[in-house]
Order: sequence, then structure tokens, then C-alpha cells
Amino acid sequence: MQTQLGSAVFPRLLRRSLSYIPSILYSLHSLLNLFHFFRFLSNSSPQSQKHKEMASPFLSNTIISFSSSLSSSSSLPRLAPSIPFSAIRSKSTPRRILTVRSKIREIFMPALSSTMTEGKIVSWVKSEGDVLSKGESVVVVESDKADMDVETFYDGILAAIVVGEGETALVGAAIGVLAETEDEIAEAKAKAASKSGASTPSAPPPAPTPAAASTPAPPKSTPAPAAPTVAEGPRKTVATPYAKKLAKQHKVDIESVVGTGPYGRITPEDIDAAAGLSPSKKNVGLAVVVETKPAAPAKAPAASAAPSSLPPPVPGSTVVPFTTMQSAVSKNMVESLSVPTFRVGYPVTTDALDALYEKVKPKGVTMTALLAKAAAMALAQHPVVNSSCKDGKSFTYNSNINIAVAVAINGGLITPVLQDADKLDLYLLSQKWKELVEKARAKQLQPQEYNSGTFTLSNLGMFGVDRFDAILPPGQGAIMAVGASKPTVVADADGFFSVKNKMLVNVTADHRIIYGADLAAFLQTFSKIVENAESLTL
Amino acid sequence: MHSICFQATGVPGSNYIFDSCSPALAISKPINLRFCGLRKEAFGFSGLTHSSSGRVHFSSRGHSKKVSASAESNGSPPKSFDYDLIIIGAGVGGHGAALHAVEKGLKTAIIEGDVVGGTCVNRGCVPSKALLAVSGKMRELQSEHHMKALGLQVSAAGYDRQGVADHANNLASKIRSNLTNSMKALGVDILTGVGTIVGPQKVKYGKVGFPDNIVTAKNIIIATGSVPFVPKGIEVDGKTVITSDHALKLESVPDWIAIVGSGYIGLEFSDVYTALGSEVTFIEALDQLMPGFDPEIGKLAQRVLINPRKIDYHTGVFATKITPAKDGKPVIIELIDAKTKEPKDTLEVDAALIATGRAPFTNGLGLENVNVVTQRGFVPVDERLRVIDTNGNLVPHLYCIGDANGKMMLAHAASAQGISVVEQVTGRDHVLNHLSIPAACFTHPEISMVGLTEPQAREKAQKEGFEVGVAKTSFKANTKALAENEGEGLAKLIYRPDNGEILGVHIFGLHAADLIHEASNAIALGTRIQDIKFAVHAHPTLSEVLDELFKSAKVKAAASSHGPVSEPVAV
Repeated sequence: MQTQLGSAVFPRLLRRSLSYIPSILYSLHSLLNLFHFFRFLSNSSPQSQKHKEMASPFLSNTIISFSSSLSSSSSLPRLAPSIPFSAIRSKSTPRRILTVRSKIREIFMPALSSTMTEGKIVSWVKSEGDVLSKGESVVVVESDKADMDVETFYDGILAAIVVGEGETALVGAAIGVLAETEDEIAEAKAKAASKSGASTPSAPPPAPTPAAASTPAPPKSTPAPAAPTVAEGPRKTVATPYAKKLAKQHKVDIESVVGTGPYGRITPEDIDAAAGLSPSKKNVGLAVVVETKPAAPAKAPAASAAPSSLPPPVPGSTVVPFTTMQSAVSKNMVESLSVPTFRVGYPVTTDALDALYEKVKPKGVTMTALLAKAAAMALAQHPVVNSSCKDGKSFTYNSNINIAVAVAINGGLITPVLQDADKLDLYLLSQKWKELVEKARAKQLQPQEYNSGTFTLSNLGMFGVDRFDAILPPGQGAIMAVGASKPTVVADADGFFSVKNKMLVNVTADHRIIYGADLAAFLQTFSKIVENAESLTL
Repeated sequence: MHSICFQATGVPGSNYIFDSCSPALAISKPINLRFCGLRKEAFGFSGLTHSSSGRVHFSSRGHSKKVSASAESNGSPPKSFDYDLIIIGAGVGGHGAALHAVEKGLKTAIIEGDVVGGTCVNRGCVPSKALLAVSGKMRELQSEHHMKALGLQVSAAGYDRQGVADHANNLASKIRSNLTNSMKALGVDILTGVGTIVGPQKVKYGKVGFPDNIVTAKNIIIATGSVPFVPKGIEVDGKTVITSDHALKLESVPDWIAIVGSGYIGLEFSDVYTALGSEVTFIEALDQLMPGFDPEIGKLAQRVLINPRKIDYHTGVFATKITPAKDGKPVIIELIDAKTKEPKDTLEVDAALIATGRAPFTNGLGLENVNVVTQRGFVPVDERLRVIDTNGNLVPHLYCIGDANGKMMLAHAASAQGISVVEQVTGRDHVLNHLSIPAACFTHPEISMVGLTEPQAREKAQKEGFEVGVAKTSFKANTKALAENEGEGLAKLIYRPDNGEILGVHIFGLHAADLIHEASNAIALGTRIQDIKFAVHAHPTLSEVLDELFKSAKVKAAASSHGPVSEPVAV
């Protein structure tokens, strides 16, 4: 019962994107829901075609980084609404030292159907350390439609399992790591350890020498791995069923754990301790006092220092570790602190814009498109606001004006990008926007459709928010936060009162490249454009 | 009442007699213990008395009717009878037979040596359902993911062991008194004591220390049920090494319990124990867990009910010796390889539950007085449940129903057999179709089945030369299941494409035990797929899973023209 879709996928994908290499074939595995699947496949051909595209489980041939692991996933994590954030795909990390192709590959959660957004690992057919040869089943994945065997396209060694059996991962998230040779296993494992942020919440960002730092300040002193040889007599290891499962999951060598349970058996708590994890939620009452090592209290490592300085959780509170994606968000947010930002607000009269909106609304134009167009037109006159500072030493002027717009979708946050917003007319822009939103809902956005923004627009006006302050996403020069437009009493120069609709816009910018006057001038232009809204239709 | 005892712990029968379960420990002699479950044991003993060798006579007062026994010698049938029908054993089978007998106008008595209700009500289906109801709710409350998906927030769910145990006990008492009252109200005489057959149409019953009473009846039904089977080498102390009888009292929730046998009983208890926080180790003699289930269902069930839970297992091993915890040592279980008999492993756990099936409770029934020899404890019967003697002849006026005959060890099967016997003795020939009797396992989610498994159907098809079709539907496509966020599940239909006959239906999913009846009724009534597929199901309901199942079958036969739906009726 094996359907080899992968081979069909291969050439397509290569053409499409060089950053992915489809590496896994899958085959129908469980008979469960089989017919559903067939029904699906035999549907209209365009759809099945699409399915095949989607269905590319890929291994990235790059070293693990968030960008590669998340690039195919469009479901972005929940963020506070005030943090528009497009940088899930982080820029390549500075410490990326890879000169040649790494031989460590990630196994991603494949998209097994067009509607699949996440998949559950039914079982790992292979265990860590198993040698895989091309075409072998590695893992059984359950999608919303069927269970399938996922096969490898590469020979190699399954170095690490990132997502264990029974756990769920978003499509595109790394679920395992494949090393080409034994020498790379350690390195691959280290990469995997950094991936599994979900299970090791206190893990600091992987240090350059990850092997050494793999167990961050365990609550108990972990038994030295050299010890277990001293076993006295033929006393066998007794571990409870859950302890065994956990040991597998956390890659703990059970033989090296000293049991503290009844009759000296190894309990799940022992495994947690050996894995350097705080005790499970059950006994969250006894908060572990993590040894604080104020090793380098410099400014940058705020991330790693933070958890240890926190007070013990209030009894009864629940600790939910970050998912891989949430860790990425957290990382990027912390990263944003290294950029010196400032904010400038500006009241904009919107009567003309509102009138225009009423007029063009029937033609499918949205307020988002109007604002994006206005911002893009203003940016065209103020290229510095559309620039970014990559290295702290230079301006990078972007040739295109790509407006990323933060939208909350399905409880998450995503920033689809309206490319060349200054060049497209309002109707095309609206149409483009509609497509992007639909794709975002279906979680089908392509990476460049959400990470190519040069300027971000975030509008919380529809909630009645009058003004707010956005965090500048790393890699961009400025972000505009738009509040609600409200009738406001204004006095003109002659002392006449009138009521006008006013909205407050607040731009956050990188002061290394954009100065106060730049921003003020940009806002003035923006305001003029909005106040003479007819120009938007030109 | 039947519905109450629906617990099916029986094995979907491989030709009704199944052997089942788990010989998880059947050591030297393969004892044909069916996998049965916890079910009616009519002449029951209370759990604590199982170990005694003979029948224990309970003294109880009231109901001891003085029936003057005529002085004729044993062996010659009396000419006039005290009763039209006497049933030995007041479990669910006896109860079902008694009620139906009264309806048919028979003067009926029922003899019970222990408490009314038998295994099902007192030590089986009923209390286990109470525990499973608790485990189901615990599971939901503990499943953060599930709760979150529904938008609910629950802080740490906990339980009070005694409260849970009381719930089970109260339920059993309530059902027991319902059962007793229903019989009393109808005028069934409840005779207290242990019943023994002394000759044709003649039974004695009595309590320890009192003279026996002898009663005569035109027809006699044996419905004495079964007791938990404990393979030799296993020492049951009722505290750390227990059977289902003890487990249902929930006197403790061990941190780690080994369950010997992964059939219905073991599976249900694993559901209860893991929900209450225990870790479980299964010990199964066969090579795979959950023998007896349709393999595909078993595989899926293992994925959902075993793998993600705090459960591990050893398959292909016998537990040859189990020593209760004492002298500061844990429970020790010695395992040998089921094939090579080589010692394989030794386990140290906090408790062990023996769920290796059930053995018929037929000792001391006086079968020798009518020249009947049991087969591995079971009373031999023909398809009309008439008892067969050593010469292969039918014993007139003597019937055996329920676990004691071993045809299908399920409470509701016993009841159905009792009704079938009453039909026969009141002049209507009746043969019960055991293939139409559903069975269910009340895990979360539930498993249910009726008829043949796929391998059984294929075997039969090969012998008889017909084709087998298989259709499947998923709960993932069902609106109601998705609304409950319980899309995990599968329904499977095994049928004959040529004539649309339903051979078997297997369901794993939310409320599977309640869903199976559409299929079992169709089999019982001979309804074909091409007809039933036109029946309408309310939307959205779980029963649409079956609707879709029937509709997806590819039957070559046309719908019958005279079906019940052909005539439009004005309303």
C-alpha cells in the first residue's frame, strides 16, 4: 500500500525553490481512512496537483535554523496584538559558519493534504541511531485525513527525534534530524536540542559549542555519565512504563539514571531530573530553585539570564513551555531590543479617506489597501524610511516598497506582504490583499509572501484603539501603528469649530538610520496623501 | 434490565467459542477461558469466597419455601410440578429468562446462593461502568489540549478514591435492588440457597446447616455463570495481586500495576487505572495486544488506548509465577517466553491484576445426576441450548444459558439465550443467532463489534465461495464527533457485495457501544445494506458514521422492492 508521490514532487519543487529538497516519500500506511485519501486524490486534477505540491515533505539541506524550519509554515504564533511581527523567518543568524553544505538535514513535518496544518507523529518507525537508507519508512504521520508512512530520500543516520510519538507539530516544523555520517551525530543532536525548545524551556539559545551546554543548570547534579559501569551485582534496572517513555523522548540513557522510587525503581521524575528538566506540572508546588549563574550579565544574553532570575511560580500556576515557533518569536522580540527605536505620532484627518472608502468599497477595495497604498506613496518620497540597517554601519535602501500588513488570523498573527504597493493601483492591491488573506487563512503563504516586507503597517483601529505603540521587527526600518478614526472637534485658524474624523498614527523607527525629522516629514506626507485621498486612485 | 448489563466483555466470537483471551497465562492446559468479561455469574459467590473449593452455602433467611418434595426416588420424573420453570442462578441471564417466563404465563422460581444480579451487577459490567465513567471524565479534564481546543479552562483535576469506589458500589446496589424488585413484583419466587440438580426436573436447594428443600419443575435452566480465572502459579491475595472482583472495589490505586491479559477486562481496567494516575504494564501471552478484536481495530485501538498512555507491555510471554508484595518486597512476576518456555524477564510492580478470562462456575451443580459431564467446566449444549449428556443425547427439560455454557460470555447474550429457551418451552421453536449479538469494550473511546472480524469473514468466504467487501468511515468526517473534538475513530463494515448481507461491523470511537445496535439489529432482522442505506439518520449525530458506512458499501444487489420504505404514508 505505498504510493510514491515523492518522486513526482521532486522536480517540481526543485524548480520552485532551491532551498528545499524534497527528501521524503510517503506512502499510505494505515488503512485507516484510506478511501478518504483516494477520494481526495482522484478529485479534480488541479486539486490533486496542488496536493502534490503541498505534499512535499522536505528536508532542508541547510543547517538548522529557524528560517529553514519555519519557512514553509505559514501559521504564525500568537503574539500580543501590539507586536506586529513579520520576522518569524529570522535573518540568517550571524554565527552561521557554514561554508560548505552541511550534511545534517532536518526532517520536516510534511503537508500530507491541502488542508493539513499540523500533523501528529503516530510512531517513529526508526529509532535514534538507526541507519536509514533511501526509501525506508522513518515515521508514521497522522494528518487530518490519513496516516502515512513518511520515507527518507537520503541515506543517513537518524541522529535525533525532535518531536516524539503522540506529539503534534506544525507542517514544516522540524520533527527529526538526519546526519549523513556518524561523525555528525553529535552536532546534529545539538541542533536538535536547540530545536526542541518546547521540552526544554530553560535552554538558552544554542551556544557555539552546543555539546557542552546541552544541559543547562540541571536542578540536581546529574550523575556523571561515566558512573554507570559501577553497577553492583546483577541488579537490573527497573523503570516504570512512563519513565521509559520519557527517557526515550528526552534521550536519556536509562541505565545511567539512579532510581529514587520505591524499591529503587526509576520514576518519571528521575528521568526529568536526569534530562535537566524541572519536575512536571504535577508537583509544580515545589518549585525548583535553579542555580543562578550570573556568568555574563552583559546586555545581550538577557534571554538566557531571564529565566533563572524569575521568582518561583505561584503555586497552582501552569507552566506551558514555548513551542518551537513561540521560541522563535521570543527570540526575535528579544533581538528587537538591540535596535534603538523611537516613536513619532501624528494626527491625520480622514474625512476624505472615509469618503473615498465609501465610494470604492463596493468595488472591493479595503481600508487596508487604502492605508497600504497611502503609506507606500509616502515612502516613495522618503526612501530612508523604507530602508533598513543590517549591520549597524550602513543604510540598505530597498528598491521595492513592500508593505507588510499585520493581521490576526485563526488566533495567530501573520504579516502578508503587499509587494510593490506603490506601483500597483488600488484595485489590484485590494485583489492581491484578498488573495493573501485567503492564503494566510489556508496557511499556504509562501515565505516571500510574508517575510519580504520593507515597512510594516499595523491597524488596530477596528477595535476602537485610539493609539498604540508597535515593536519594530528586526530587519525593517519602520513600522506604522494606526489607531481608530474618530470624530473630533477641531478649531481652525479663524476660530471656527468643526468636527472632523481624526486618527492617530504612530511610527516606530530605527534611529540609527531614520531620524526625527525624517519621520516627521514622512508623516506629513502621509497625512497629506490621506487628506487628499483622491490621489490614491490615480 | 438487559440494557444495563450491556457490557460486553465477551469476545466477538470466533464462531462463538472463542478462546481467547488470553491465555495470557494458560500454562500447561489450555483452558478455554473465553475472554469474557465481567459478567453474570449467577450462582455466585462473593469475591472473597472464590478460593474455597466447593460451593459455599450462604445462610440467608426468608424465601425459603417449604416445598414438600414427593418421596419418589431420584431418577424418575415427578408427575406434577411445583413450578413450570426453575432457573438456577439470578444473574442477568436468569433474570432475563424469568421476566420473559412470567410474561409467557409460566410459574417461575429462581434460585440464588449469593446476591441477586450475579457477576454483571455486583462484580462486573455495572460497577466497572461506574469506574469507567469516572475515568472518562478524568481523562477529559486532564487533557489540557482537548479542553483548550474547546475553549475551556480547568485547574488541576483530582479525585477522591473512596468517593469513586462508593459510586461504583452504590450503582451496584441500586441496580441489584432494581433487579430484585422487578422479579418480586412480577411474582417470581426467589429461592435462597445453592441449587443442585438431583434428577430429571428436580432441584434441591438449601443453606448450610439446614435441611435441603427439593422442588420440581417442568423445565430447568442452568444459569450459574462464571468466576475470574486465575492460572496456577499465581497467588491472589486480594490486595496486591487481585482479580477484577477486587479491583472493582478500588481499595487502592497502585502507582504501577501489571495487568495480565489484554482483552476486554484488562483494557477497561487499564483505562481506569491510567486515568487515576497509575502506570500500567500489560502482560499478554499472544504476540499482539488485544487479541480477539478485528486486527485493524486492534491496531488503531493500540495507537489510541495504549501507546500515548503511561502503559508498556510484554507480549508473547506467560506469567508463570506471581508473588504478592510482602516482607518489604514488591509484587514479583516471573515471565517466560510463550513459545520457547525460556525464562524471559522478572518484573517488580506494586500490584498485579489477573484478567486472563473467566472460568465457568459449574462445580457442585449435580450434573452427574443427569449423566452430564462438563467440558473444561462448561456445560455442553446444542444450538437450542439444550444440555447434552455423556452419550451425546439431549437431557430432556434441561437447558443451560450464559457463561456456564461458554457459547458467548456476555451478560446480554445470557439474557437473550434465556429468552430463547423460554420461547422454546412455551411452544415456539427459536434459535438464537449469536452472530447478531454485539459486544463492547468501554474504554475511552469505546470499541464495539458485531458479527465476524475481517479474517473470520475471509476464511468463511473462502470456504463458501463468496466475495467479501470492506467499507470504512472515519469519525473525523462526522460533525458531531468533531464538535466534541473527538474525531479519533473508525467504523468498519464487512459485507457480501453480491447480496448485501452484513457479516460484521466494528467500531472504534466516541460512543461506539451505543452505535453498534443499528448494525446488530440489521443482522438480527436480516436487513440488507441495499435497504438499510435508505434509512434516514438525524443530522448531526454520531449515528451518521454508520449511515455513511452503509452508503459507502458497494453492493451489487438492488434494493428490495417491498422494503418498508416503499409505501409512502401520508402524515
